[in-house]
Amino acid sequence: MDEARLKERVAAFLSENDPAGDRLEFLRARFDAGLAWVWFPEGLGGLGLSRDMQAVVERELAGTPQIDGGVQGIGLGMAAPTILAFGTDEQRRRFLRPLWTGEEIWCQLFSEPGAGSDLATLATRAVRDGDEWVVDGQKVWTSGAHHARWAILVTRTDPDVPKHRGLTYFICDMHAPGVDVRPLRQITGEAEFNEVFLTGVRLGDDLRLGAVGDGWRVAQTTLMNERVAIGGGGGGRGSGLVGGMLRSWREHPELRTHDLHQRLLSLWVEAEVTRLSGARLREQLAVGQPGPEGSGMKLSFAKLNQALTGLEMEFLRDLGYDDYAFRRSETVDFYGRGPGYRYLRAKGNSIEGGTSEILRNIISERVLGLPSEPRIDKDVPWKDLPR
Amino acid sequence: MSLLYSEVEEELRAAVRDLLADRCPPAVVLKRAESRPYDPDLWKTLAGEIGVAGLLVPEQYGGAGASASEAAVVLEELGRGIAPVPFFTSSVLATYALVRADAGELLERLADGRSTAALAVSFAASPYLPERGASVRVSDDGTLSGAVTGVAGADVADVLLVPAGGGLYLVEGAEVRATTSFDLTRPVSTVTLDGAAATRVGDVDLADVLRFGAGLLASEQYGVAQWCLDTTLAYVKERHQFARPVGSFQAIKHRLADLWLDVVRARAAARNAVAEGSPTAVAVAQAWNAGVAVRAAEEAVQLHGGIGMTWEHPLHLYLKRAKSAEVALGTPGDHREALASLAGVPGPAGSPGAELAGPSGAELAGSS
Repeated sequence: MDEARLKERVAAFLSENDPAGDRLEFLRARFDAGLAWVWFPEGLGGLGLSRDMQAVVERELAGTPQIDGGVQGIGLGMAAPTILAFGTDEQRRRFLRPLWTGEEIWCQLFSEPGAGSDLATLATRAVRDGDEWVVDGQKVWTSGAHHARWAILVTRTDPDVPKHRGLTYFICDMHAPGVDVRPLRQITGEAEFNEVFLTGVRLGDDLRLGAVGDGWRVAQTTLMNERVAIGGGGGGRGSGLVGGMLRSWREHPELRTHDLHQRLLSLWVEAEVTRLSGARLREQLAVGQPGPEGSGMKLSFAKLNQALTGLEMEFLRDLGYDDYAFRRSETVDFYGRGPGYRYLRAKGNSIEGGTSEILRNIISERVLGLPSEPRIDKDVPWKDLPR
Repeated sequence: MSLLYSEVEEELRAAVRDLLADRCPPAVVLKRAESRPYDPDLWKTLAGEIGVAGLLVPEQYGGAGASASEAAVVLEELGRGIAPVPFFTSSVLATYALVRADAGELLERLADGRSTAALAVSFAASPYLPERGASVRVSDDGTLSGAVTGVAGADVADVLLVPAGGGLYLVEGAEVRATTSFDLTRPVSTVTLDGAAATRVGDVDLADVLRFGAGLLASEQYGVAQWCLDTTLAYVKERHQFARPVGSFQAIKHRLADLWLDVVRARAAARNAVAEGSPTAVAVAQAWNAGVAVRAAEEAVQLHGGIGMTWEHPLHLYLKRAKSAEVALGTPGDHREALASLAGVPGPAGSPGAELAGPSGAELAGSS
């Protein structure tokens, strides 16, 4: 289907569905018309087109009711591609539509107190009991768990084999008895994320995603999509955090100093070459030649965001903070909050979704082909690992 | 305006790379670096047979009428091979000046590589200070007198073009004295004119010529950086200490991952400098790529250990090229300073450019 045909299809959809009517009905109809994510298969909200065709749909449907990329972020960016890749037909039909419309919110139960960068060492156990699994353990850094209807969950099902091999991936019912969500207050004062205790949680075997013991491979799909989601995003020259810093800079000539000027110019250049690199990457993706540059985008943005938000605080010389009051935040709001918040929240950019150190390992091993460090944990059964 | 390479560009790249690998690998470049750095036979093949000399020459004068984008790909390869040919000085800087002056007859001579030209401008000049290092004046009798220091490519040129008082002159009888240069593979000379006979070939906007050159130099710098990264990667995979490849140590891997990220962004910046070609795009590419080439060469020297300090290994040619090119056509600092007004990031009161806030700053001033 070419661009003209796709536009016709959108026009036909709009002639039958009133954007001014019920929001949810409109979004459901959009999904059913294959205009949710056009690169998904027909019948699952897509048309089996290439990913760059989505821009056509977004342009044509600008100004109509939209989904919420913030609170739905984990569902859209991580759960959906994983369900598409590993789900059964039944799972795809059951979960993808309400995931996309936002009727059901998703969260991610991966990290644990004892398993962060070394995710594969996780200890949450799932034990089979007939047609069900019984899950016990503790998960942490779970953004949006308090909104979530469902979670993507990685568990240990076989402690007697090396750690990567004994994992199984599930869809977890967040309303099931035994799921206990507790907020974790962050250095910003608010709580975006939670710790989640799972005690005797019973999940049907029809909630298993992928084969028993294949959880690591399934999780890799989720994690690669997470990093693309965090590092992605377009925008023109001077957009993003550097744009916010520049507005502030232009509005306050009296606060400028030579030292800050030099540093800001350097960061402006770095932001610009990073933006160009992202633009080049998207061009490559559009012509079907994905490059390894994607692995680097998140690393670049983490460093830039931290440097820019640090500079902004020095520039403004404001010793206040907008609000440390404990609250549950819906989404990350860099722009609606003060410079102190931006500085503190940006500290998470080099931790969430894979620390910058782990990303450097990934780049050096998968892109540059450098040998891995000698490993003592690879061939040892998980239960015998020191912890 | 794409940041990717076209098929034609990839073919051109392959032709240049194969020729260099066959005729002039870095070890061969090193061998001749102290005696006659330039390789006239290699240049003849590259200029004439592959046709790189005429890339920027309009078709009506026997050239290919290609864009800066194609010339940039050639420069990536010449940087990667540290190739001893006067492509940048003759086929980019001098040729672009002649194209702007519409000097057809001279361009015809350059297009097929019969002649090689040099623009008598200091390599340490910049689009922001184009007269740096030059003191040439036009006498009443039409001869030129004065000197230009730090001229690249003049020692291999048979056509010398001298900018003076807004004009571009073809000069006979200049004294070209090669000096010992930090960059062995692109040595600089002092050009001295003492009542030299000169023919005016047209007008020249030197800042424009140097800006065009600076944009393309970013591609050469990217090529230098990429070679340094590739060569270092190969070395740390092979070199063993403590019974394992040194490239398996996290301290080494993380440095190289960061360097890779810098080099990836240098490629995007270099492509944008020729795709967009605006003063901002050129300043960004120079401000970034000049430093990345130096960083890549410095990391290469460090991560090669003692070998990196030896004359025997060609690495030092790249370090010397990178460090000289960092100064050439404006330092990264010069280009960042220019961005203060180009990008609307004005300095504190009283600093240069504080009043010239650029388009966005001007809007703000207008609205208040």
